[in-house]
Amino acid sequence: MTESIRARGPWKLAFERIRGDRWAIAAAAGVVFIILIALLAPWIGAAVEHSPEAQFRETGLSPSGIPVGPNREFLFGTDGLGRDVLVRIAYGARVSLLVGVLASGLAVAVGAVVGIVAAWFGGVVDTILSRLMDVVLSLPFLVFALALVAVVGPSLTISIVVIAFFSWASVGRVVRAQALSIREQEYVKAARSLGAGSLRIMFVEILPNVAATMIVYATLLIPSSIAFEATMSFLGLGVVPPTPSWGNMLADSIAFYKVAWWFVVFPGAALLSTTLAFNVLGDSVRDAFDPRHDQTIVLDTETGGKA
Amino acid sequence: MIRFLIRRILWGIVIVWFVATLVFGLFFMAPRDVARLIAGRQASDQTIQLVRQRLGLDRPVPVQYVRFLGRLARGDLGESFLTSESVVSVIRRDFPVTASLAVGAAALWLFIGVGTGVIAATRPRSVFDRALTAASLFFYSMPPFLMGELLLLFLFFRLYMSGYTFFPPGAYVPLTESVAQWARHLVLPWFSIALITAATYSRLTRGAMLDVLGEDYIRTARAKGLSEGRIIFRHALRSSAAPVITQFGIDLGGLLGGAIVTEVVFGLPGLGREAVLAITTQDLPVIIGITILSSALVVTASLIVDACYAVLDPRVTVR
Repeated sequence: MTESIRARGPWKLAFERIRGDRWAIAAAAGVVFIILIALLAPWIGAAVEHSPEAQFRETGLSPSGIPVGPNREFLFGTDGLGRDVLVRIAYGARVSLLVGVLASGLAVAVGAVVGIVAAWFGGVVDTILSRLMDVVLSLPFLVFALALVAVVGPSLTISIVVIAFFSWASVGRVVRAQALSIREQEYVKAARSLGAGSLRIMFVEILPNVAATMIVYATLLIPSSIAFEATMSFLGLGVVPPTPSWGNMLADSIAFYKVAWWFVVFPGAALLSTTLAFNVLGDSVRDAFDPRHDQTIVLDTETGGKA
Repeated sequence: MIRFLIRRILWGIVIVWFVATLVFGLFFMAPRDVARLIAGRQASDQTIQLVRQRLGLDRPVPVQYVRFLGRLARGDLGESFLTSESVVSVIRRDFPVTASLAVGAAALWLFIGVGTGVIAATRPRSVFDRALTAASLFFYSMPPFLMGELLLLFLFFRLYMSGYTFFPPGAYVPLTESVAQWARHLVLPWFSIALITAATYSRLTRGAMLDVLGEDYIRTARAKGLSEGRIIFRHALRSSAAPVITQFGIDLGGLLGGAIVTEVVFGLPGLGREAVLAITTQDLPVIIGITILSSALVVTASLIVDACYAVLDPRVTVR
C-alpha cells in the first residue's frame, strides 16, 4: 500500500525535472556532441587525411593565395595558410572544453572552500575573505588578465589559472551566504556537541548542503570560461599558435572576412553553439534545483560585483 | 548619508590602491629585463644601464614603489616607455572614443533591454515572451568579439557588396567634427555591445516587473481604475528599477575602462585598444595607467549606484 508514496530526495527530484525538460535534453545532447567531436578530433583528421597544422598550399589555397571555400576535400573550407578549417575546429573543441571545465571546476572548488571557511569561522577571517572577494569582483578583469598573461607568457595552464582567478569570488559569495544559514541548523549544532571538529563540520556537514549550488555554478561558469578563453586567444594571449583554438581561428579570420566567410562562420558557429548549449543546460539545472528561480542570466548581479 | 559616502569613498580608494600595488607587482614578476626590452636587442650593456637609470629601475624596489605611489597621488601616471608621451595625455586622447562607444551602447541596451523586458512581463508565457527568452539566451551566449565580426561580415560587407553602403567598417570620427558621421561610424560597435548586454537587462526587467505586478498595491491601482500604461510605467517600472540600476552601474563602469574587444574588432582608437597595444609591446606604464583608471571607474560607478539606490528607494536605509 505504501508503495505509491515514496520519498524523493532533492537530487532525484532535480534529475527528474531535468529529464522532463525538452530544452535541457536538447542542450545535453548538444554538449555530448561537442564532447564527441573533441574526443574524436584525431579520428576526424585521419578520416579526411588532414592534420590540424598541415598547410595545403596546392589544394588549400587559390593561385593568388586566397583560402578555398567548402568543397569535397575541405568540407568547411581552408584558412589563410591553407589549413583544413573542419579539422582545426575539431581540435579547437579540445582546448575550449579543457579550459572551460578545468577553469570552472577550479573556480567552484576555491569559491566553495573560501565561502565555507568564511562562514564557519566568521569574525576576522570572514571580514578578510569577504573583502578579498569584493576586491577581486571589482577588478577590471579583462585588462588585468591580459596584463598578467603578457608578463608571464601565454599558455594553456596560465589561461586556466587566470580564468579561475577571476571567477571564484562570485561563487564564494553565494556559498558563504548559504553556509551562514546552514551553520545555524540544528544538525550542525548536534554534530558540534558530539565533538566534531571544524574540518569535519565544514566538509562533512556543510559541503554536501551547498553541493547543488556548486553544480549549478559549475555548469554556468563553463560557457563563460569558454568565452573568456576564446577572447584571450582572439587577442593573441591565450593558446599559442599553431595549436588551433576557436579564438585564434577567429582572430586570423578577421583579415579574411571579405573573401572567406566560411573562416568566420564555422568557428563562430562552433563557439556560439557550445556556449549556448551549456547556458541552456545550466538554466535547466538551476530551475531543477530551484524551480522558483527564473533568472539564470543575472548570475553576476545577485553576487554583486560592488565594491 | 554623508558618513556612508565617506566610508564608501575611502573603501574605493583602498581598492584602487590595492589594484595599483598589484599592477606594480607585475613589474617585478616579469621574467624579462624591461630595460633590455626597451633598449633593443642590439643595445650594449652601457645603453641598457643608461635606460635603467633613466627609468629609475636601478633603485631598490621599495623606493620605486613609494615614488610610484607618490606620483599616482598627484595624478601622474608616468611616461610611455616607447613614445615618452605622458600616460595621462594618452588617456586624455583615447577616453573620448571609449566614452562615445560606452555611452551610446549603454543608451541602446537600456532602451532595448528594459523595453522588451516590460513587454514580456505584461504578457508572460506569450509567444513574444518565449521568443524573447530564446533570443536572450542566444545573445547572452555570444562572445562580444564574435558579435563584432558577424556584424562586420553581414551588415557591413554583405550589404556593401550588394550596393548598400550605409555601415562603415570601423574607424572613428570625433563628435566635434561631425555628429552624423560620428554616429554612423559607431552604429555597428554600439549594436555589437548593446545586443549582448540587453539580454541581461531584458531578463532582469522581466523578472523584477513580474514580482512587482503581483503585489497588492498594483491590484489596488487597477481597482481604482488607473490605466494599464500608468500602472506599468508609473508604479511597476519604478519599483523594479533597482536591480537594473545596480547592473547598469557595474556594466557602464566596466565598459568605460575600455571595451577592449569591440575596439579591437572595429579599429576604434580607444582605451581598450591602447591597452592591448601596450600589452603586446610591453609598455608597462601605459598598461598600469589604463588598469588603474579602469578600476577607478568601476569603483566610482558602483559608488554612484549605491547613492542613487538610497535616493530612489526610500526603503533603503543608509548607515
